[in-house]
Amino acid sequence: MSTMKNRWIALYVENQVGVLAKVSGLFSAKSYNLQSLTVGTTEHEDVSRMTICAICDDVTFEQIKKQLNSMVEVIKVMDLTNVPLHMKEILFAKVYGINAAQKEEVFQIAQVFSVKVADIGEDSALLECMLTERRNNELIALLNKKFKRVEVVRGGAVAIESISTSCR
Amino acid sequence: MDITGRKLFVKALMEEGVDTIFAYPGGMVTDIVDELYKQEEIDVVLPRHEQALIHEAEGYARATGKVGVCLVTSGPGATNTITGIADAHYDSIPLIIFTGQVPLDLIGNDAFQEVDIVGMTRSITKYGVTVRDRKDLGRIIKMAFTIAATGKPGPVLIDIPKDIQNQLGDPDYPSHVDIRGYKPNETVHIGQLKRAYKLLKQAKRPLILAGGGVNIAGAQDNLRKFAEKMNIPVVTTIMGKGAMDADHPLYIGNCGMHGRYAANKAVADCDVLFSIGTRFNDRITGDLNEFAPKAQIIHVDIDTASISRNVVVDVPIVSDANLALERLIDWAEYKNTERWQEKIADWNRENPLEMRRDKGMSPQMIMEGINEVFPKGIVVTDVGQHQMWATQFIELNKNKKMITSGGLGTMGFGFPAAIGAKIGAPEKDVVCITGDGGMQMNMQEMATAICEKAPITVCILNNYYLGMVRQMQQLFYGKRYGITCLGRRKDCPKNCKGPNGNCPPYEPDFVKWAESYGVKGIRVTDQSQITDALRQAKENKEGPTVIEFMIATDELVLPMVKSGNPMSEMILK
Repeated sequence: MSTMKNRWIALYVENQVGVLAKVSGLFSAKSYNLQSLTVGTTEHEDVSRMTICAICDDVTFEQIKKQLNSMVEVIKVMDLTNVPLHMKEILFAKVYGINAAQKEEVFQIAQVFSVKVADIGEDSALLECMLTERRNNELIALLNKKFKRVEVVRGGAVAIESISTSCR
Repeated sequence: MDITGRKLFVKALMEEGVDTIFAYPGGMVTDIVDELYKQEEIDVVLPRHEQALIHEAEGYARATGKVGVCLVTSGPGATNTITGIADAHYDSIPLIIFTGQVPLDLIGNDAFQEVDIVGMTRSITKYGVTVRDRKDLGRIIKMAFTIAATGKPGPVLIDIPKDIQNQLGDPDYPSHVDIRGYKPNETVHIGQLKRAYKLLKQAKRPLILAGGGVNIAGAQDNLRKFAEKMNIPVVTTIMGKGAMDADHPLYIGNCGMHGRYAANKAVADCDVLFSIGTRFNDRITGDLNEFAPKAQIIHVDIDTASISRNVVVDVPIVSDANLALERLIDWAEYKNTERWQEKIADWNRENPLEMRRDKGMSPQMIMEGINEVFPKGIVVTDVGQHQMWATQFIELNKNKKMITSGGLGTMGFGFPAAIGAKIGAPEKDVVCITGDGGMQMNMQEMATAICEKAPITVCILNNYYLGMVRQMQQLFYGKRYGITCLGRRKDCPKNCKGPNGNCPPYEPDFVKWAESYGVKGIRVTDQSQITDALRQAKENKEGPTVIEFMIATDELVLPMVKSGNPMSEMILK
């Protein structure tokens, strides 16, 4: 049995009613462990692209790709696991109940993590982050450790293959 | 000139060459029903329940090789089809199920008889969609026929809202449709095939495992040629039964949970297993860690997702069975496998497939009677003990095939599927082998059989019990026969350990029940009556004949491997 790890797929699908349900339904029906799934239309309005992250071993991952491929609504399955890529996840974090000194701390954290302070209140601050999923996890862990009340919403990662060096 | 959706629907069926549609009316399909009334090319079969409707279409599809076309209304009409759709999905039967739907502007309102049938069937269809625009109707119907019948066949569900049925639009039905996400495999990787051949050539104890895919592809002849040319013995799965003639010297029998002792021993001992058209279902493999432990495994299947899912294989080959076999036949050279075949013959002598003959009429005797009286035709089974006896003892060949519910194991499948098979192949004798339990799950279809003038022979093996579960209770649950006795009354003793002479009569009386339909009913209680009853049924072309065989309650299906155990651990007595 190979190791369980995060695997990434870019999935091109028909932009139609029910396709998202069908893809996500596959993961629940077959007990595959879905980590994140994002979807949006591509440059062609009749095609959507999903970025899917699943935690699984090699054998299961092969199955997932085959099962996705066999769906009529799936146009293309791309395995991004071992491909150089650009990946970002959008995240908003609201920190509550902070005094002036703590606000200062929030600004410092924002600077270190290269994220934007998007809004500010009397005793709160809103961070807007566009980081890798991992970096976002670290940020949340840090905020949770430092402050009493943090509210987080995150969008799931989107990924695209890097431009090959030979094309530069 | 533009035409209505309903007119285009009928036109599409005609252009696809559909000769039969299985249809049950209802509020959301009345317009299509009206359109079907106005034409004469397509026979419309009216079943008595939508679940049976799907099974009839399955039987029709299996008997003819054509797509089974179904029409039901929205809501309950649609939900009643779900069991049948799942059955077709797991046995790769090409069906198209057209469901009526409430008008587009009512979808989502919890309207009368509205259900999200596409959503409900998403995991058991090859493709399913609601037609949301009249202009898409022709293309979607064409897609349905293409998808259902090609690659690994399966059920496709097309949901048509009532307003789409009546809306005017393009009168043309496309002759071809390009589906960018659907490209069934039509080639075979020669390199992989060569690796497979090399393994077989070097093998000392090679074995072919043929599954239902061989029958679906119509690759029986090529399988036989290949096996003969290389001199390799063959075992089959239940769905693969019939891929080799029963009396062929290289054919061992079925393997799996209730397979032949020699067949399971051969799988356990072979050094190269050439499996084709099987998905290594758990009923075939048992404990996966112990499956074919000495073998390098070659796996040919049309469905990439079936390969290396249950059993990780050494040589995967994605291909149609015929395509792969044709190539292999070109290369095949005769091998000396006499010692290996002798070993298999020894296992067969050690534990032959045989039921007791000392105590009255045994199921084996009934199956032998069917073999004698019906050397040709189609045998359709339901699910349970009788099904396993049929797969063990019914002898198949080029002119005789079997239709059974293998993947889903759907009780209630047999009787309607037999009716559908007869509708599809009226020139053939159709024998339905069923149990007293499964028969009662769709017995309303007797009316359909009569109305469709389908003279089939219905053999009910009545053992007073739901025998397959009763068998497990006898072997593994200390003879606690909970809810498996079909004769049990409220006032029976709580801890009944089986028939004791005070048992109440069985209901229904299947002979009287048959007679109430004006159908011939025969009760057989002794083996001397078997062939006579079957002959009477065969000669009766007026309508169906029901034969109720009264068999002992305690007959077991043996050998048996307990679910999850290795296939080598067979219970033999």
